[in-house]
Amino acid sequence: MSVAPAEVERPEVDEDVVPDTPWVTIVWNDPVNLMSYVTYVFQKVFGYAKPRAEKLMMDVHHKGKAVVSSGTREIMERDAEVLHGYGLWATVSHDR
Amino acid sequence: MAGFRRTPRGVSARFTAGEAEILRSLVAQVADLVGGPGAAQAPPADEPEAPGGDMPLDLAAIFAMDAPAAPPEDPVLARLLPDAYGDDPEAAGEFRRYTEHGLRSGKVAAAQTVLATLPAAGGRVRLSAGDAEAWLRSLNDVRLALGVVLGITEDYEREFGDLTPGDPREAYLHVYDFLTFLQETLVRALR
Repeated sequence: MSVAPAEVERPEVDEDVVPDTPWVTIVWNDPVNLMSYVTYVFQKVFGYAKPRAEKLMMDVHHKGKAVVSSGTREIMERDAEVLHGYGLWATVSHDR
Repeated sequence: MAGFRRTPRGVSARFTAGEAEILRSLVAQVADLVGGPGAAQAPPADEPEAPGGDMPLDLAAIFAMDAPAAPPEDPVLARLLPDAYGDDPEAAGEFRRYTEHGLRSGKVAAAQTVLATLPAAGGRVRLSAGDAEAWLRSLNDVRLALGVVLGITEDYEREFGDLTPGDPREAYLHVYDFLTFLQETLVRALR
């Protein structure tokens, strides 16, 4: 059993901190994954409407890669993990 | 084989005994590669297990003990369990330490669903939405594995067009094309 301390020390918050530059999840082209399947996965994982999912799929296919989501590093790592579960080749990087 | 189609009671396809045998064999091989020997035969994850039966494995997952930080040397495994950071081995290792166990488990579970819903003798397969999703993932994993083994490229149909008769890759290419057809019809049936 534990007791909460009477006084909680609050971490100093720097009000001038700029929000982190976003991180991105990138999906890379792959000769095996089907175009229809990749579109399906983008719709399923991100809830994108079919036209947006298809555009991203075509970007992957023609340009070799596409940014499929952006946000915090934690969320991007979760996205990459889910995409790996579907067999897509996804990486995380800092959008500089 | 006419592929999958949508029916009022879920997506459905009919398999010959030969098709079922080939698919079951490949799915089991990928499961054993990803989950370790015997993974394909293990009971599906949602079945109750003997108390404490899976304890060491789960603890390892929770504490990320002994979790690998380097990408697998086997090229098939390296494709199925890819690095999440292309130019940062340290970040890639950290990511792998915390996600690889779950990724492997998910792939094995999908394979077990295929093995549990595809009769060894073939026949009609009818899939719930959840089972169909597992089939999609598992078919994709098998195609990725075959893709690495065969050296599939964007242009493979032309490149492999002039294989000499008797080339051992020929039979696997037919299987690869069969799996491609199967997955394509399944995606379409789910739309």
